[in-house]
Formats: sequence, structure tokens, C-alpha cells
Amino acid sequence: MVKHYGTTKALDGVDLDVKEGTVLGVLGPNGAGKTTLVRCLSTLITPDAGSARVAGFDVLRQPRQLRRAIGLTGQYASVDEKLSGWENLYMIGRLLDLSRAAARKRADALLERFSLTESAKRPAAQYSGGMRRRLDLAASMIGNPQVLYLDEPTTGLDPRTRNEVWEEVRRMVADGATVLLTTQYMEEAEQLADELTVIDRGKVIAGGQVAELKAKVGGRTLQIRPSDPEQLHRMVGAVAQAGLEGVAGARADVAEGLVNVPIVSDEQLTALIGLLSERGFSISSIDTHLPSLDEVFLAITGRKTSDSELGQDNIKLEEVAA
Amino acid sequence: MSAATITAPDKAPDQQSQVTKKVDTDEGRIGLRANARHIGALVRRNAMQIKQDPESMFDALLMPIIFTLLFVYVFGGAVGGSLGGDRDVYINYVIPGLLAMGGLNIAMSVGTGVNDDFNKGVMDRFRTMPIARSSVLIAKLIVEGGRMLVSSLILLTVAFIIGFDLKTGPLELLAAVGLALVFGASLTWIFMLLGLSMKTPQAVQGVGFLAIMPLQFGSSVFAPTGTMPGWLQTFTDYNPLSNLADAARALLNGEGAVASPTLTTLAWSVGITLVTAPLAVRKFRTKT
Repeated sequence: MVKHYGTTKALDGVDLDVKEGTVLGVLGPNGAGKTTLVRCLSTLITPDAGSARVAGFDVLRQPRQLRRAIGLTGQYASVDEKLSGWENLYMIGRLLDLSRAAARKRADALLERFSLTESAKRPAAQYSGGMRRRLDLAASMIGNPQVLYLDEPTTGLDPRTRNEVWEEVRRMVADGATVLLTTQYMEEAEQLADELTVIDRGKVIAGGQVAELKAKVGGRTLQIRPSDPEQLHRMVGAVAQAGLEGVAGARADVAEGLVNVPIVSDEQLTALIGLLSERGFSISSIDTHLPSLDEVFLAITGRKTSDSELGQDNIKLEEVAA
Repeated sequence: MSAATITAPDKAPDQQSQVTKKVDTDEGRIGLRANARHIGALVRRNAMQIKQDPESMFDALLMPIIFTLLFVYVFGGAVGGSLGGDRDVYINYVIPGLLAMGGLNIAMSVGTGVNDDFNKGVMDRFRTMPIARSSVLIAKLIVEGGRMLVSSLILLTVAFIIGFDLKTGPLELLAAVGLALVFGASLTWIFMLLGLSMKTPQAVQGVGFLAIMPLQFGSSVFAPTGTMPGWLQTFTDYNPLSNLADAARALLNGEGAVASPTLTTLAWSVGITLVTAPLAVRKFRTKT
């Protein structure tokens, strides 16, 4: 699929394949073409070239049928802010040809499910960012769409709200929806996606199972802070000697007073902690650190993301999360 | 099995144009009844917005009162005198004119409202739903028609309070209000198109004002055109607002020809709608 804006190639030949009932994560920095991709696939804009079939319908030739099969939740909540949460859902139910009674029931049920019943009568403008995003998800669910597009569903949300949104997405998938998720965050992709496609400047630069991609990138880093900084090197030695399967390359970060251990599984994390307590180490904090989008890019392409500001955004987010 | 597949073109983009050309089949077309239901739901949306934000009704509620009182008490004596009477004569002259102008004022606010509304994310949702895209605009048109009706009723109430004398009957009154609504609806399409085409509500307001002033004052709405220079009279003869005001005046006062200005007004209304309505729908469909 190709889409140009003037001389800018927003999409420069993107190929995707999503299996029914799974989540495909599309990971990429700002300006990679993620939103353009979603807008093409949801009939909002027409691509310059290429073709796509979603839920068996041709995006270009059968836009009307396609619109019955999809739901879209954008980066900017697409609800009517002047209407109450209930009125928003009722309206969409009616637009999807539900009877008055059915639209009413569906609105009530979805508000309940998304924990918005108490705020049902308040205008959406008064909702918090997370509530608005949940209302947006609820609105996308009214027609029980076969395919859901989630365009950066958690960008700009605080960690607690982000977790709520993730929880809802998991429920939708459990109910059988096929999801195309775009995100800037490796963590989000890892939490939700079955398969992952990394795009940059309108092109696919990597793709595959999340686990494969993670192996390529190197999984998580465990950061252990000994209560006594003097024990830093002893701890590194202990980890190296223990020879846990797959755990290698423990490094001491003297400046920060941390031991960094790359790990790829939860079992390794548990084993490491068991080992350290066995050896009588006192630990003041443990943290796991996922590779940021920048690190993913570095690992895949050997260069930084084209958007240098993004790196700073990621750091900010991690600080908030910590 | 794949639920979604995107394939990049293997040919160059220019060779693909035939393939990518939209070929809509009749399959999935929205039926009339479904369309009416969608429009109903969207009218409800617009009505709820007004309920949530009552200030948005100020123009429809207050403009007719302020305009009537200003024109009647500022110009009434002077113009009425030259009409060979007094202020009461002017009341009967200007009220049909203000009835004609009401639609223009409401329609202008549509431009700014549409611009604001259509830049919001909810329009993306509407555009990805299985509804006729025109239904969003038609719903807006219906609600604006309602606002015009309310505005006309307030104007007439004020008019009767300050001494307007209906020289014909309720049927003629109804016909005058109906004609004003038909013309107002066609103006609404112009301003919807304008609102969809311009970048900011301020720009819409600026352009709207520039277009409206000559139409409003270069007409028979506020004063008879007899003393105007020849070139201006030629303009007022074709000005739809002038024709609408003349038609309403003839209907309410029982003096002068009804048919000619009425037909001219209707011709304008139909012409404007035929040109601007498809353009507005097209603009809404392709707006990104």
C-alpha cells in the first residue's frame, strides 16, 4: 500500500497480514506512517496504490460493506464531547441500525462493562482522558466489529489508565476480535500483540512473532540495587558463577549502584532472586526495564529513530511509570 | 485464515490508477428507511448539543428581537415618513424583510459551527460507519431549519406586540414563513460548503460577512429601492433576498405581486441547493 502527500511518502509499500482473532502490533515512531495506514484501512483516505482486504472486503471497492465490519479508536478520542457518554453510545447504536430498545440496552451494558455507569449522564467533555478513551473503545464495540483498529490507544495516558485500556483490549480479543494495534511503545506491543511489524518512514523494516523480535532485540534488562553498594562486584560475580541458563553478561553500573542483567523470561527473574537471597545478598530495589523503541530500532537497523524527540518522550514515560 | 491482508502494489503507482479507481457496487447501499433512521439519530445529536450548550441558541432567540426593535425605533419614524405614513407603516414594511433576513443570519452561524464540529474526531467515526455520508449534513440542515422556524416565530411574536398589522390571513403568513425557510435551507448548504472548505471558523465568519453585507443592505429588506441609483436597483432586482422580502411583504400586506418574487426566490433556492449541496457532500466525503 502506498500513500503520498506531496513528495512525502507516508506509506511506501507496506505489506501486512493479520490472522483472524489475533492482534497485530504495528510499531513505529511518530511519522512512520501508522496513522496513515489505519486511515487507509478504515476508508477515511484513499491510498495512491495497492490493495487491502479486511474481513473479506476490498477496502477500495467495497467500502460500505467494510464499514459494517470495522471499529476504529483513534489517537484522539472520536466521541462527541458535548453529548453524555450514554447519548454517544445510544447514537452510535442507532446509526448501526439497532432498534431503540436494543440501542438503549447496548449503551447501558457497555457503560457498565467499561465502568462508566456513574458518569453515563455527564457530557464527555467532563471526562478524564482515560474515561474518554474507554468511552471511545465502548463506541467502537457497539457493532461487535470483526476487525478493530486501535491507533495508539494509550498515547498520552497515565500508567494506571493505560493498564485499564490494555485490559479492555485483551477482553475484546478474547471475545474474538481481530485487532490492528499501532503503538510507539515496545511494552504495549509486547503486552498485547501476537505478531509485530515494525515500520519506519512508510516501510516495513522488521516483522514476526513478538518473541522472535524480542530475541533479536534482547528482551528485558533486570536492574538490581544492592543495599550495600560495596557488594556490587560480588553480586556480579555470584550471578556469573551461578551459570543460570540463558543468563549471561551481568554488568555492574558503579555510577548508579546497579547490577544490570539481561533476561528473556520470568523464570530467569525468579531464579536470579532465589539465588541472590540464598547467597545472603540484601537488595534494596529490583526493576525490569524493557527496551525502548529507540533500542529496538538500534537493534534492527543499527541507527536511531528518524524522530529524535521520540527518545525523550520515552524517557519521560518511563519516569512516570517508575 | 487471514482477517486482514494488505498488499503493496507490484506495479508502479501510475499503472495502478485503473485498479485503485473506486468501483462501488450497489451491494451494501443504505436503504431509505435506514437512512431516515440515521438522520433521526444525528438530528438528536444536534438537538442534544443545543441542550448542552443553550448559548448556541442566542442568535436564533435574540437576533430577531434586537433587529426588530433597532430598525423599528431607529429608522421607523424617518423611513415611515417617506413611505407616506409613520412608524406603524414602517413596521409593516420591515417585518417581512426581517423575516427574509432571519435565514441568512442562522445560516451564517452554521458555517462556523460546521467548521468547528467537523474538525472533531467524532466525524472520523461517522465516516467509518455504514451510513450515507450525506446524512450527517442533512441532519444539520434539519436542525438549522428548526432554528430558523423558532427564530421566525419569535420575530412574529415581537412584531405583533409592537403593532404589526397582518392584512391577509394565517395561510399567507404560513406561506411567507415557508418561503423564508426554503430559501434559508439553500443558504445553509452554501455555508456548510464554506465551513467544510475553510480552515478556521474565523475565516468562515470573515468570508461570510463580506458576502452577506451587500446582499442584506443592497436589497429591499430595510428600505424601498425606489430612491436607489439605477445600477443598485438592477442588483436588488436580482438579489434573492430582495425578492424574498418582496414576496413576504406581498403575502403579509396584501399589496403588490406575489408570483414573480416568489418564483424568483424559489428559482434561486433550487439553483443554490442543486449546486452547493452535492459539493458540500463531496467535500465532507473527501475531507481528511
